[in-house]
Amino acid sequence: MSWPALYAQLVGANRHSTSLGKTWLSVLFIFRVMVLVVAAESVWGDEQSDFTCNTLQPGCENVCYDQFFPVSHIRLWCLQLVFVSAPTLLVAMYVAYRNHRDKRKAGFLSTKGLDEELETLKKRRLPITGALWWTYACSLVFRLLFEAGFMYALYVVYDGFQMPRLVQCDQWPCPNLVDCFISRPTEKTIFTVFMATASSICMVLNVAELVYLVAKAVNSCFSTKTSDPSKAHSSQDNIHLAASLLSPVADGISSRQHIMYMYTYHC
Amino acid sequence: NFKTPPMSLLLATMSWGALYAQLGGVNKHSTSLGKIWLSVLFIFRITILVLAAESVWGDEQSDFTCNTQQPGCKNVCYDHFFPVSHIRMWCLQLIFVSTPALLVAMHVAYRKRGDKKTMLASNGTEKMTDTDLETLRKRRLPITGTLWWTYTCSLFFRLIFEGGFMYALYFVYDGFQMPRLVKCEQWPCPNKVDCFISRPTEKTVFTIFMVSSSAICMVLNVAELFYLIVKAVMRCMARASRRKLWDLEKYTSYFLYIHEQIM
Repeated sequence: MSWPALYAQLVGANRHSTSLGKTWLSVLFIFRVMVLVVAAESVWGDEQSDFTCNTLQPGCENVCYDQFFPVSHIRLWCLQLVFVSAPTLLVAMYVAYRNHRDKRKAGFLSTKGLDEELETLKKRRLPITGALWWTYACSLVFRLLFEAGFMYALYVVYDGFQMPRLVQCDQWPCPNLVDCFISRPTEKTIFTVFMATASSICMVLNVAELVYLVAKAVNSCFSTKTSDPSKAHSSQDNIHLAASLLSPVADGISSRQHIMYMYTYHC
Repeated sequence: NFKTPPMSLLLATMSWGALYAQLGGVNKHSTSLGKIWLSVLFIFRITILVLAAESVWGDEQSDFTCNTQQPGCKNVCYDHFFPVSHIRMWCLQLIFVSTPALLVAMHVAYRKRGDKKTMLASNGTEKMTDTDLETLRKRRLPITGTLWWTYTCSLFFRLIFEGGFMYALYFVYDGFQMPRLVKCEQWPCPNKVDCFISRPTEKTVFTIFMVSSSAICMVLNVAELFYLIVKAVMRCMARASRRKLWDLEKYTSYFLYIHEQIM
């Protein structure tokens, strides 16, 4: 599992997040991915080799292990982290699409020496309004769904977050009822509780971010209703930006300076 | 025999490397004691943990032997005497201890973004040169005001985490020494069973080493805290004495003016 590659992708998308989103990313990588990689994987490393059953019957251990551990915790957590990180890539794709569209508009009306302006266009931070707001909000909802879904799946498959020391197994070919002992149950319980707690913290952060976005949108809705109605809608801003590149302003400010002014105005 | 697969060791090393890169960035805004703390942390603790301690504890369960043929007894006794492995506790301790430094990094990033916005707003229609932006990004913020409070809080949290984990280790393992033999009477072990721990002396040596490094880090943190407090108090006093001097000048010049008017 290439965690560094995932990290690189998410950090790129992080530029367009809110502060809560950035906190969420730090919590995700420090307390979940890092703990998973450096600690949890070695705890579960010997889960099948040290799973011992009180029987000489060949095959019984394999069958009992398979019955009580259909999916290992480690695999569930890896999948959870991958699914939870995926919606952020949606946002990154949308931002890339917007930049591409704006670049094409600017390039379509281009004059010589526009490379610097294009760089600015690529490096600016888009405000979270309009379609980007909807994409971002959707990604948050999906994150929440995936987190909750996987936590619930873990709870259902393992009957809670605690690992028992002993399980009793009567699958064929085990003779009658056989005692099987799990390896390192206490350590596993500690790590399961830790990962569940980190997961809940991430869910709380996501809910807070969603509430913040909704509140901001409602607020801006009310303020635009009461303020100057000629204030440009965000998707119109880019057309204004592109149009300004075409015609230098008449009162002597150069087009370059005008673009910088528009950049600071919109960001 | 369970041996740490080399792939997971590589991943672990990369993760610690990523943490180092993050903290190295924060280091720019620390005091000298903070920089020493970071070096001690990385050389004596994380490197030793990754290179040495993991191989010493690698066979802790596979070579834990109990004097019985009863299946399951070894698992249960191992679980009873080692609820959490030393290695996992040290990994968690290092992760928690490094986290407050990232608080400082977030504060610095927030300040720099604010400064950039004010600079852009004040410059207005003038274009900001690239050198200006670079200077802004590379300068070292003085540790005053809210940054002082953030830094001090991070030091407190570091101390609390270090102390907490060390106490937890002492409490769970009844001291820092690893015994050769433990006697176990958990079910399903018959009566009382002797169980032998693998490499007890080597484990004791490493435990004492890690505990000493942890103590050194705590001492460095306390020293840094004192240094910051003393510096803040001195700054306060200098400001107060400057204000007194300014007041004195003001009254003196006012008195001279009145004197001139009267004469």
